[in-house]
Amino acid sequence: MFRKILIANRGEIACRVIKTARKMGISTVAVYSEADGDAVHVEMADEAVLIGPAAASQSYLSADRIIAACKETGAEAVHPGYGFLSENAAFCEGLEAEGIVFIGPKPKAIRAMGDKITSKKIAAEANVSTVPGFMGLIDDADHAVKIAGEIGFPVMIKASAGGGGKGMRVAWNEAQAREGFDRSKSEAASSFGDDRIFIEKFIEEPRHIEIQILADAHGNGVHLGERECSIQRRNQKIVEEAPSPFIDEATRAAMGEQALALARAVDYQSAGTVEFIVDRNRNFFFLEMNTRLQVEHPVSELVTGIDLVEQMIRVAAGEKLALRQGDIRLEGWAIESRIYAEDPVRNFLPSIGRLTRYRPPEKGRRNGFVVRNDTGVAEGSEISMFYDPMIAKLCTWAPDRAGAVEAMAEALDCFVIDGIEHNIPFLTALMRHERWQEGRLSTGFIAEEFPDGFSLPAPDAQGRQVLSAVALAVELLRKDRLDRLPGRLAPHGGDIKRDWVVRLNDEYVPATIVEGMVSIPTELDVTIDGDPLTLVSEWRPGDAVWKGKVGSRQVAVQVRPILNGVKLSWRGMSAQARVYLPRIAELDRLMPVRRAPDTSKLLLCPMPGLVVSIAVEEGQEVKAGETLAVVEAMKMENVLRADRDCTVAKLNAKPGDSLAVDAVIMEFV
Amino acid sequence: MKEVLKELERRREAARAGGGRKRIDHQHAKGKLTARERIEVFLDEGSFEEFDMFVEHRSIDFGMDDTKIYGDGVVTGWGTVNGRTVFVFAKDFTVFGGSLSEAHAEKVMKVQEMALKNRAPIIGFYDAGGARIQEGVAALGGYAEIFQRNVLASGVIPQISVIMGPCAGGDVYSPAMTDFIFMVRDTSYMFVTGPDVVKTVTNETVTAEQLGGASVHTVKSSIADSAYDNDIEALLQMRRLIDFLPSSNTSELPEIDFHGEPQDDPALDRLIPANANKPYDIKGLILKTVDERDFFEIQEAFARNIVTGFGRVEGRTVGIVANQPMVLAGVLDSDASRKAARFVRFCDCFSIPVVTFVDVPGFLPGTAQEYGGLIKHGAKLLFAYAEATVPKITIITRKAFGGAYDVMASKHLRGDINYAWPTAQIAVMGAKGAVEIIFRKDIDDPEKIAAHTKMYEDRFLSPFVAAERGYVDEVIMPHSTRRRVARALRMLRNKDLSNPWKKHDNIPL
Repeated sequence: MFRKILIANRGEIACRVIKTARKMGISTVAVYSEADGDAVHVEMADEAVLIGPAAASQSYLSADRIIAACKETGAEAVHPGYGFLSENAAFCEGLEAEGIVFIGPKPKAIRAMGDKITSKKIAAEANVSTVPGFMGLIDDADHAVKIAGEIGFPVMIKASAGGGGKGMRVAWNEAQAREGFDRSKSEAASSFGDDRIFIEKFIEEPRHIEIQILADAHGNGVHLGERECSIQRRNQKIVEEAPSPFIDEATRAAMGEQALALARAVDYQSAGTVEFIVDRNRNFFFLEMNTRLQVEHPVSELVTGIDLVEQMIRVAAGEKLALRQGDIRLEGWAIESRIYAEDPVRNFLPSIGRLTRYRPPEKGRRNGFVVRNDTGVAEGSEISMFYDPMIAKLCTWAPDRAGAVEAMAEALDCFVIDGIEHNIPFLTALMRHERWQEGRLSTGFIAEEFPDGFSLPAPDAQGRQVLSAVALAVELLRKDRLDRLPGRLAPHGGDIKRDWVVRLNDEYVPATIVEGMVSIPTELDVTIDGDPLTLVSEWRPGDAVWKGKVGSRQVAVQVRPILNGVKLSWRGMSAQARVYLPRIAELDRLMPVRRAPDTSKLLLCPMPGLVVSIAVEEGQEVKAGETLAVVEAMKMENVLRADRDCTVAKLNAKPGDSLAVDAVIMEFV
Repeated sequence: MKEVLKELERRREAARAGGGRKRIDHQHAKGKLTARERIEVFLDEGSFEEFDMFVEHRSIDFGMDDTKIYGDGVVTGWGTVNGRTVFVFAKDFTVFGGSLSEAHAEKVMKVQEMALKNRAPIIGFYDAGGARIQEGVAALGGYAEIFQRNVLASGVIPQISVIMGPCAGGDVYSPAMTDFIFMVRDTSYMFVTGPDVVKTVTNETVTAEQLGGASVHTVKSSIADSAYDNDIEALLQMRRLIDFLPSSNTSELPEIDFHGEPQDDPALDRLIPANANKPYDIKGLILKTVDERDFFEIQEAFARNIVTGFGRVEGRTVGIVANQPMVLAGVLDSDASRKAARFVRFCDCFSIPVVTFVDVPGFLPGTAQEYGGLIKHGAKLLFAYAEATVPKITIITRKAFGGAYDVMASKHLRGDINYAWPTAQIAVMGAKGAVEIIFRKDIDDPEKIAAHTKMYEDRFLSPFVAAERGYVDEVIMPHSTRRRVARALRMLRNKDLSNPWKKHDNIPL
């Protein structure tokens, strides 16, 4: 076994690998860029080597510097994590040349699977099911009908040069195939100047389901069942689970066998993932193979109890797999939610800054479920614009899917992040989504269910009750403490006022205390809007999460102080809550509503970022849809367009400016 | 009921009606509460004891003897805020536009005197048209009597003013002499002479909002300490402020129940960026030092390069002063010096310990600052820290350069506990400037300059030279800051230090 390994990665995956290495008694070397000096992975590793400036191309992607770091520290092997150099065959060869072991497959396998066409060919040769289609070009409408008949309807008629849905037609019968071919061809000609047309099987309600495999250098291989990753936004996975709610035992076995056949075909030696697309009738077709550890590997670990990183290290060290297919049992259900530093209500734009608060939910096994959080950040960490915006992977396990979903909802409720925007409200809304709960998924789920993007849900009847009750409990404790200040004219008699009004956003909810003492732990009988409830909690002022019971329901409500009140969040619903005596509530209703400043004549910077270019000049007239400016954040260029016809009055920013969110870029007449 | 008793009730009804339904509705339509409603919101429910409800003016000129209204435009009395005594007066805009008559002034003077005699805070709610012109010099006399009482009470009891409508002419100077002024956005303004007079005298055209609105006084003039969106918000925040303050300069600090020992906070070890020129938000450190992240900031919108405000540590009030690296690198300029000086003096008056966080690159250079009197403004802060006898705890997080090091509650100004983080750089100036002066002869040799710079950085840009001399009591881990501050404050509870007897000092005003 290796004595020392280097982890050529950063963030959560570097921390994840270090944990297993430590468990195995292997010492660890972290590498880091200038932007990551204070990063958690650097702190965790036994040694750390600075490998270059912030830009990944000059640090985490620099094979030379990483190899140099290995030599400098005497690391015998390199774990690449995912991304960066994990699927770079030249890097593996570079390591091999220096006698350093790459903890992953051999370069040949990486190369073979790295090319889309080659990998499909190898897959087909290994009798792996691929999407049926005609590899050549279609001559005319008759040819299209003939090919479509051979493939079997429905089919997708696609422009070779196509993209963005243009030049694509689904045909369910011959007439449609004929018409679709003509339409696609003319559309392709006019849109792309290239009218070449392909036909392949149209996958109805496609799901993304992948098989985790493990293989060693001695010809042994096992599969660890599947993961379903259909919840994606723009091809980026957001939520994954194992097993899939859709796959039966027979399909699983068939998929597993084919995945292993493919692995054998390329002499695969490590952990790897074979991705399939699965249609509504459980027909599955090979997509591609990922020759590395996947982001979502923890869900497989949770249902199999196998540490994939440990297996990768053992295989790389030449050990034989100690596992046989018969040893692999899938137990219970695991879900992973990827926590991203992005603003879900601003079209998921990246968000950067310091994590002023970062309190993940309590980890470990409790009440029959498990919470796991793979993270590479800590409170005080800086989320920079240089790297991937994923900051944590929150996983839950329970004996069944409903339990895992419920545990995830609860864990998300307890996850406190301040200082940046994040997608927890979106994930929480997803966990409450009926179609998700029923497991009726497809890769189109988010586009279909959130066609207009995401907005924070207003509290529903239950949310209103829970948030009002918690607001009351929080205020009473605050009040009770102040009622015991020294210097009072008369000692506090212990009396508390019975009648209150909770202002929840703009709604006034009557609340009454029926019985109970305001103290810690709290046990109060109250009525909220006439409904009797008992509140039980050990919450203390200053705690970020109010955990306890509201009626029969166990809740975890996040509490953030605001002026004269608290902002409460629970199950994706948030409200500003202020608790008033009835007379003050009456006067509060007299207060004018302050209008938000008019921003319709301003172009605001949608996220913190760098102005790349300004496309207009002062005095210029622009039409709706024209580009006004380009702002870059987290390596993504965002084009800001005019949403109506207007005239530019004044430019407030220039290329090269670093802007905060909502900074005014330009003003219109 | 006996007829006389009924008569009292009738008279009370009449007094409570103020200027009548129509005027009250008008007040509400403008988004403002009435004087009595404001007092109701501010004080504990049912705790208000009113004085002089039946006072009327004594003016006979201009037909005034025909119009008399109970209360004469101001409601006065006392009550409690969370059980502690507070004296109040509220200008009643529905009665003679809240204008000040001789009788009106006497009502205010009475509560001022009672507040001082009984050592309890006093708060005034302003919403008035200035002096009652019909009363002439009697009104002027009334103002001056109020001013005199403001001054006598200054430093003995906390005095707070909330501007909740117009406040002009003679009305502005009483608030100006109190400890804090707060405003309500959109409905309040404050100036010595209004837009009409301004137009006549200087030919400037301005609106009342532009001349003296909340945005002017919180951002530009620093007259106001904070502004709120509406009356309710402002009044409830005044309750919060009162909870932080001792009742007088001889009262104990208010102390609330506090749960749990202060814990280490590893996130603070990451606070200081690797690059010494990169800013970070000092408020992050303040929120992690005070209890429950509860911080009442004073003058948040003005001179943002320094942060001042109240928090609690282990349940007891502290005043926080901190350079803010996010704004102008935390430099000390005239505005920042004045802002912090006044805050430190308030804390010293009322025995509120001062915790100072230092990350200051020096004083701001330039003609604008020098012409503006930076020397004397900077001296105010120096003076305020030096004369203060309250417990003073100082933590240097990063830069403490030059004269600004001395000013920011240094050991030499009787700092009780002076800590530095390992990231501290306590030096006469930064490396570049120092090397260019000390090694002027090598200025054309970049290699030598680089070597000198490295030497200077290693030796002097650290807390250890100061620690060797005892100028810092201890170099502490950032994560232990809250615990260290809490323990120091405990130790200093019985601090006994006084300055030599004097009539008063002569701070460079």
